[in-house]
Amino acid sequence: MNSEIVGASVRRVGGQERVTGRYRFVGDLRLEGMLHVKLVGLDCAHARVDAVQADAARSLPGVHAVVTENDLPRPMPRFGPVHHDRPILTTGYTTYHGEPVAAVVAETEELAAHAAQLVRVDYTELPSVTTVAAALDPTSPLVQDPDRRSGALAFTNVLSESRFGWGDEPGAAELVVDEAYVFPMVTHFAIEPHTFLAAPDHDGVQVWSAVQHPFALQQVLAELLGLPLAKVRVHAPDPGGAFGGKQHAKFEPLLALIAQRLSRPVRLELSLEETFQAVRRTMFEIRLRSGFFRDGRFAFQDAECNALLGAYADIGPRVVSKSTYLMCGPYRVPSARIHVRALLSHTPPATAFRGFGTPQVVWALESQLDEAARRLGIDRLEIRLRNLAGPGEEFMRGGKPADGDWGISLRRAAEEVRWSEPLPSGRGRGVAVGIKASATTGASYAIVRLHVDGSATVLSGTSDMGQGARTVLAQIAGQELGVDVLRVRVVMGDTALVPFDLQTSASRSTVFMGSAVRAACQDIHRQLVEMAAATFQLSADQVSVTGGLVQLPSRKLSFAELLAEAFAGVGGEVIGIGSRRGEHVGTHPLGGPPAFYEFSATACEVAVDDETGELTILKHISVADVGRAINPAQVESQDEGAAIMGLGHTLMEHLLFDKRGAVRNLGALDYRIPTTKDLPLALQSLLTENGDGPGPYGAKGAGEGGLFAVAPAVASAVAEATGAVVRDLPLTPERIWRALQDTKDPSDA
Amino acid sequence: MSSHRVTLDINGEPHSLDVTATQTLLDALRWQLDLTGTKKCCAEGECGACTVLLDGLAVNSCLVLATELHGASVTTIEGIGTPSSLSRLQDAFLAEGAVQCGFCIPGMVMAAHALLADQPHPDAATIRDRLSGNLCRCAGYPRILRAVQLASSQADE
Ligand code: FES
Ligand code: FES
Repeated sequence: MNSEIVGASVRRVGGQERVTGRYRFVGDLRLEGMLHVKLVGLDCAHARVDAVQADAARSLPGVHAVVTENDLPRPMPRFGPVHHDRPILTTGYTTYHGEPVAAVVAETEELAAHAAQLVRVDYTELPSVTTVAAALDPTSPLVQDPDRRSGALAFTNVLSESRFGWGDEPGAAELVVDEAYVFPMVTHFAIEPHTFLAAPDHDGVQVWSAVQHPFALQQVLAELLGLPLAKVRVHAPDPGGAFGGKQHAKFEPLLALIAQRLSRPVRLELSLEETFQAVRRTMFEIRLRSGFFRDGRFAFQDAECNALLGAYADIGPRVVSKSTYLMCGPYRVPSARIHVRALLSHTPPATAFRGFGTPQVVWALESQLDEAARRLGIDRLEIRLRNLAGPGEEFMRGGKPADGDWGISLRRAAEEVRWSEPLPSGRGRGVAVGIKASATTGASYAIVRLHVDGSATVLSGTSDMGQGARTVLAQIAGQELGVDVLRVRVVMGDTALVPFDLQTSASRSTVFMGSAVRAACQDIHRQLVEMAAATFQLSADQVSVTGGLVQLPSRKLSFAELLAEAFAGVGGEVIGIGSRRGEHVGTHPLGGPPAFYEFSATACEVAVDDETGELTILKHISVADVGRAINPAQVESQDEGAAIMGLGHTLMEHLLFDKRGAVRNLGALDYRIPTTKDLPLALQSLLTENGDGPGPYGAKGAGEGGLFAVAPAVASAVAEATGAVVRDLPLTPERIWRALQDTKDPSDA
Repeated sequence: MSSHRVTLDINGEPHSLDVTATQTLLDALRWQLDLTGTKKCCAEGECGACTVLLDGLAVNSCLVLATELHGASVTTIEGIGTPSSLSRLQDAFLAEGAVQCGFCIPGMVMAAHALLADQPHPDAATIRDRLSGNLCRCAGYPRILRAVQLASSQADE
């Protein structure tokens, strides 16, 4: 087989359009006759809306409508991936800062913005719930109307609660560590803010959104609008970064209804500030009580996990259940009791964010292991190696056994920072690992069209949001069909053209869609064998396909040569269909076992200025167990990007709320993310490739892992450098400095 | 809203635009000229996605009022290269694998282009410094920095 396509770092498919500014992202699309929408929100989180006075806005020339709940169906239709709790437009109350109460539609963006300022909303501000403590307090106001919820929890702010565990009651442990860890709310901050367009389309509707799951959006719109799926066409241009923040429907249903009502195309571009208010990462407070034997092995773990979701569930409950499923990480823990609550609050909806809750859980677990190592006098690398599950070991009771040799990646990370060599004072090293249960259920279909000249078109419902799916799928097709990547077109992002794909998330695309594309190519191989047999009057077993060539008893033919012969005078193409499904398993706590585990190890070396608390990351190593890299440079760049993004929540990022529940640091000026000046002095991503994944050529998913263990590795290094232990993120200089003051013996002062 | 006519040079071509008093160069490019390669993110001068060259200097076009541009010369990403004829710098971005989602990339290319025009052989610290106003959430920074270095080294040949 022409083996240099898979495994080669070919250039990004779509790269030329991007470096020249020619790629049309959703915000760059212009529809004939479109109107512009601006949303009207309040400057507090929780309020009763007494009146919306829109006459002044409506009377401006060029303003076509001011849409309020009164203009929309009653009862207000609701949607959401887990619960149908999110209204198309809120009714009577706002429940988080920025939740829109009206939408102004005007000829230009400028005019819509101006008219929105003329809309007067009379409201009564109400107390808001923005913390875990407030959400658990029975005297706090309820975030959701109990009439719309069911069960015993309806009159609380607990959206869901579960307890699970395994093993006997914990026996005697040498050491018990009992601490609480906080991972705050952070925001996705894709550089592309959310933009949505909708247009009436004869007896249906078309919507444009840079959405990760175009088919899920199609489903939501079809249900809300009472249309058949075939009449809802979702165009999903490649997102300009998504990171989980562009998975589910937001304002597309509102836009579709406005477009239908006004019989005009409409467009809504959120500002970065509004994008911050649309969705954010799930915040976690985790109290961990772990018992250890003298040799550092886990005796038991008790976890109390409280995850703060927003006002609507979005995919939050799944983030919480899926991440805490691996509360004990990749470790052997003989006895576990895990108590998990997902809480509602008056904050922007919590959704998926690269890692899907894993960085939050890993922060607590890995930090706690370090505390145990320090107290037991065991090396921090050693305590991990002693607990880490070996290949094939069922580390999670009843769960999928370890599908990798994770010790290899952990040791590599440690070696790269010269773990056992002495360090000058003021310096420290840290090492940590993280594991995520990847995609479980779900189907991906692909169609591959082999054209008569041997070039190919791949039709796939996956979204390329920067992870490079187009390139990987082109490489797989190129490999299987013996055609250069430059002669493969990958069509994505249009539900009217491409076959169904459940979603682009959980690092699933290479494994699921990659397998589907490969299967479609193999379907083509089968057809080519039949075609060659028929064309040359051979029996099928006299023909085979290898290395992009058709092998006949007497000679070899390229695919194009065979097609030219077989289609002479008639024309045609060979259409292959492939799929990969993860079936639903009702008895599995996740609805099905993960297709693979995403495992990552991070090691770093830091220097801390103990006068200021200022931190310098001298070296940062990220090791990803990827099974097999289809495009090594692309996997490494994903992993580096994840590592740097992880430094964001580790060192500087958190959303802050004021007493009225308003986000205090909306926008780029007040919310800092890493820049070129925040990079580690040396950063390296290493891939462990053992070919042990379930995807094509032994690949596993990748691209999230580099983020999992950044925070605990850095905090561990800070603790070694200074003795200061920080359990709340981010590790700002001020926090480190304060922790340093606490470690100083007052008699030294 | 009253409008003003400004005449300016964009990517080497003269243009006359009717702009309002509050309209930014960014919006004029994106909405009047359909030059959508220049991107909008923060709209407050903090992200660099909207970087263009104004009389040869890199500026955040979201902070520049279009009315002030009479007689000015503006270069946008569309004026730098085309998909079939990339500039050396654009080619270096692809060679180094510096592009992920690509949304920040036009701004990055413009900032780097201005730097190399100003200093053909910047050292690593200078590159880092001059690109620090351009955010990339995909965080392709290490490769972006290498791409600029590569383009600068090729400038010798
Ligand atoms: S959009 Fe101009 S600097 Fe961000
Ligand atoms: S490549 Fe995605 S923001 Fe830079």
